[in-house]
Amino acid sequence: MYIPIVFTFANSSPSLVSSGLDLERSFSQMMQGVGFSPSLAHLLWLPLPMLLVLAAAVVGVLVTVWLERKISAAAQQRIGPEYAGALGVLQPMADGLKLLVKEDVIPAKADGLLFTLGPVLVLVPVILSWLIVPFGQNLLISNVGVGIFLWISLSSIQPIGLLMSGYASNNKYSLLGGLRAAAQSISYEIPLALSVLAVVMMSNSLSTIDIVSQQNGAGLLSWNIWRQPVGFVIFWICALAECERLPFDLPEAEEELVAGYQTEYAGMKFALFYLGSYINLVLSALLVSVLYLGGWGFPLPLEWAASWFGLPLDSPLLQVITGSVGIVMTVLKAYLLVFLAILLRWTTPRVRIDQLLDLGWKFLLPISLVNLLVTAALKLAFPVAFGG
Amino acid sequence: MFSLPGYDAFLGFLIISAAVPILALVTNKVLAPKSSAGERELTYESGMEPIGGAWIQFNIRYYMFALVFVIFDVETVFLYPWAVAFHRLGLLAFIEALVFIAILVVALAYAWRKGALEWS
Repeated sequence: MYIPIVFTFANSSPSLVSSGLDLERSFSQMMQGVGFSPSLAHLLWLPLPMLLVLAAAVVGVLVTVWLERKISAAAQQRIGPEYAGALGVLQPMADGLKLLVKEDVIPAKADGLLFTLGPVLVLVPVILSWLIVPFGQNLLISNVGVGIFLWISLSSIQPIGLLMSGYASNNKYSLLGGLRAAAQSISYEIPLALSVLAVVMMSNSLSTIDIVSQQNGAGLLSWNIWRQPVGFVIFWICALAECERLPFDLPEAEEELVAGYQTEYAGMKFALFYLGSYINLVLSALLVSVLYLGGWGFPLPLEWAASWFGLPLDSPLLQVITGSVGIVMTVLKAYLLVFLAILLRWTTPRVRIDQLLDLGWKFLLPISLVNLLVTAALKLAFPVAFGG
Repeated sequence: MFSLPGYDAFLGFLIISAAVPILALVTNKVLAPKSSAGERELTYESGMEPIGGAWIQFNIRYYMFALVFVIFDVETVFLYPWAVAFHRLGLLAFIEALVFIAILVVALAYAWRKGALEWS
C-alpha cells in the first residue's frame, strides 16, 4: 500500500522541489551589475563549468586509478603503491608525468596519421560526454535537449578510433584487438540504448536533468532501480562491456593479444588510451547513478527535511546545502559502482568472444526489447507510477 | 547565432576536449627525447621478426554482426522519439510500436536461424 503513495509524491513533486543552486544566474547577475551585457556575461560564463568538469574528470581518473591499484592489491593480498605520497595517492600522477616525457615510437610500417588520430578519436568523445552529466538541478555544463542521446551517439564514435588505431599499427595483434573492440562495442550498444530508452519513456524527456528530477520525489523509494531492475542490470553489463572492463576485456586480452589495439603504443598516445578508458569508466558509473540511482538525490528528500525545520525552499542556505549534498551524492554513488567494477575485475573470469557475442545478441537484445515493451505496457496501465 | 539553446556550450566543450589530447601530444613532442630509428620500429610479434604485414585480406568474422547492428541501431533511433512522446500518444502508439518491433524480431529470428549470429 505504501508504494502508490510514494509514486504520487514522485509525480506531484515539482511544487515541492526548490529550483536549486543556479550559479550561472548568480554569475550573470553579478556581471550585469558591473555593466556587462547579458550575452557577454553568458559568453564569459561558458568556459568556467567546462574547465571545472574537465578538472573533475581528470581528478576522478587519478582517484580511480589509485583505487583500482589499491583494491586490486588488497584482493591479491599485496600492498600496492605506497611510496609516492601518503598511501601512494600520487602514484597515478607520477605515472602520468612519466608517460608525458616518454619517447613516442611509431612503427616503421604503421600509418602515422591514423596511428596518431586513433587515440585522439577515442578520448575526445569520452570527455565530450561529460557535457550532460548533472551534479545538481543546474549544476551541469549544458542541459541540451537531446541529453542522454548525445552520450549514446558520442559513445559510438569510440569504436572508430579503436578500429583506426588497430588497423594503423600494422600489427596482427593490434588489428585483431581493434576488430574485437569494434565488434564488442556494436554488440552492446543496442541493448544499452534500449535500456536507456525505457528510462526515457518513464521521464518523458531525454534531458538528464528531467531524468533525475523525475526520480527525486520521495528519495530512495522513487529511484528508477525499483521500476527498472532489469534495465539496470542490462545497462550495467553493457556499460562494463563498452568500457572493456573485465569480464569483457577481450580487445586487450593479455594472454591472447598482448595488449590488443594498444600493443604498438607508447608514451603519450598510450596515456591517452589509458585516460580514455578510465574517464569512460567513471562516466559510465556516473550515468548509471543518474539513470537508475537518483543522480544527485539524497536517499531522503531534503526538501521535506527543510520544511520540517521551517526553512523556506528558496533560501540561499538550503540551496547551498542541497547543491553540495547533491554533488557528494552523485560522486558517492558513482564511486560505489566503480568499486563494484573493480571487485568484478578480480572475481569474474574473462568470457570467450563467442560467449560475448551470444550474450549480447541472443540474450541482452531480446531481454531489453521485452523490457522496453513491458515498460510501455505498464506505463499505459499505471500512468501515475511510470511518469504519467 | 545559435538557434538551439545549450548547443553553444557543446561547441565550446568540443573545442576544449579536443584541445586536451592535442596539448598532451604537443607537450610530449617537446619534452620527449628523440633517438634514431632501428629495431625498435619493428612491429611487435612475440619477439620474432614480423612475418609479413597485417594489411592483408582475411575473413573478418564480425561483418554479419555489423550488418545486423545497422538494422537494430536504426530501429533504436526510430524508437527514441516514440518513447519521448509516448505519454501523449497512448494505446495506438503502443500497438504500432509492437508491430514495428515484431517485424524486426522476425528479422532477428531469421538472422539467428540462418546462423548470422554464430561466431565460428
